Amino acid sequence: MKRVYVNEQWCLGCHLCEYNCAFANSGMTDMVLALKGKPIYPRIHVEEGEKITYAVSCRHCEDPLCVKSCIAGALFRQDGVIRIDRKKCVGCFTCVLVCPYGALAPNEDGVMQKCELCLENSSGAPACVQGCPNRAIVYEEREESQ
Amino acid sequence: MRQYVIIGNGVAAAGCIEGIRTMDSKSGITVVSEENRAVYCRPLISYFLEKKTDPERMQYRDVHYYERMGCRVLYGKKAVQIHKENCEAELDDGTFLPYDGLCLAVGSSPFVPRFEGIENVEKKFSFMTLDDAMALDAAVSDNSRVLIVGAGLIGLKCAEGIVGRAASVAVCDLADRVLSSILDTDCAAMMQKHLEEHEMHFYLNDSVKRFEKNTAYMNSGAVVPFDLLVLAVGVRANTSLLREAGGEVNRGIIVNRQMRTSISGIFAAGDCTEGWDSSIGQNRVLAILPNAYLQGYTAGINMAGGSESLDNAIPMNSIGFFGLHAMTAGSYDGDMYEEKTETSIKRLFYKDDLLKGFILIGCHERAGIYTSMIREKTPISSVNFDLLKKAATTAAFSAQIRRKKFGGVV
Repeated sequence: MKRVYVNEQWCLGCHLCEYNCAFANSGMTDMVLALKGKPIYPRIHVEEGEKITYAVSCRHCEDPLCVKSCIAGALFRQDGVIRIDRKKCVGCFTCVLVCPYGALAPNEDGVMQKCELCLENSSGAPACVQGCPNRAIVYEEREESQ
Repeated sequence: MRQYVIIGNGVAAAGCIEGIRTMDSKSGITVVSEENRAVYCRPLISYFLEKKTDPERMQYRDVHYYERMGCRVLYGKKAVQIHKENCEAELDDGTFLPYDGLCLAVGSSPFVPRFEGIENVEKKFSFMTLDDAMALDAAVSDNSRVLIVGAGLIGLKCAEGIVGRAASVAVCDLADRVLSSILDTDCAAMMQKHLEEHEMHFYLNDSVKRFEKNTAYMNSGAVVPFDLLVLAVGVRANTSLLREAGGEVNRGIIVNRQMRTSISGIFAAGDCTEGWDSSIGQNRVLAILPNAYLQGYTAGINMAGGSESLDNAIPMNSIGFFGLHAMTAGSYDGDMYEEKTETSIKRLFYKDDLLKGFILIGCHERAGIYTSMIREKTPISSVNFDLLKKAATTAAFSAQIRRKKFGGVV
């Protein structure tokens, strides 16, 4: 299936993907109204190491430890995409404890959220990919040995 | 066509069903459920008490689950004996269920010590099942003084769930600290302080000497009057079915990494088992939900003729109280790296080039990166450990490992 991949050599560390993600999932039509002056809770985050930056979002694992560990049965897989039923999540953070990529984090209400590939929001395709100024983030099918 | 029988209908059973169905989509699965409920999320009963969820949202799977998975569920039935020579499970209504593969996912039961006078305590509760939580929910009022015996995971989650609905909540424990099974002394002290700020009162290093109706007389001399008593001392694995069939049990049903018991054709999964803990390199009861699912899933695949092994099970817990989260994993063995503030503490334990365990309170961001290092036994020498100590980040891994992890072309 198609996943979001990042070429870390092309990542500028500009954090635009985080803003585009937060906006795409805000349910609003004006980016300024949605984000200006507010703390943002994106579902992608930029990792910064020594001389390296790259964005990380859910890998949609073939063997998703978060789904298997969720104490609320809130995480599930649908057509390969790892999704979350946020009405069921109680914010226990077990998924944060087990995700090897650090790809889950709570929103402002303490309810978990994660990348669902923008399939259900107004963007319709990953907003992080569409907005990446250096095309470091791509959405494509790759052979993987997960 | 084969016949699969699963005794129990909790998360381990669901894992088993889903494991079987990865291999065998046709054969019949019979689930024996003592509770008159579809599989639900037992760890959420404290959230139910707190009114943060409800029985509908507590369902572990959707309403068509058993139908979709081709399962027949026998509700309100209990297995009383296993006849291993005939490969049959006998139920309390006299039914005999023949099986090609049997999985015991029978969980654990609350352990109640013999306190003097406890038989005269009128309103006493366990805190294991949704029925327990519903009984407590119906009994509690603004005027209730609640005494909880046990400051472990179950007792304290119960306390958190009920404290806003009761006049007072006191918790006692024989141990000298809260959450003694997962927190060391300093970390427990930080959590206890936080709990006390939320109106919980503790009697630690203390236990009930005797009850006189609605008063507990403690060993320390303290006298604790109460209206509702919750017994959350601990749980015991339900091992009797397998023991009586001649199978090997210790503190739980002994299983190997394929979840096979010592009796051919019989598997076990979840809180009833004692299985491999890779963090200490020996068998242990790991009564946590992720393990229940993973064990059940592993058992299911093997029952259906597959080959699956659960090699990297470790103890791990994420438990929060009033917004302060504690995460723990592995064993607290070896050298320690510590970062501490007023409201947070991070302790990483490492030895022999491996991260062995951690305790994180109030600083849990991306903790799964640490957990994965313990589970996968990632050599510390292969990562930038100085960077990793400060923050859980995959940036601490080499470009080569990152490429593998993220499927990149870097």
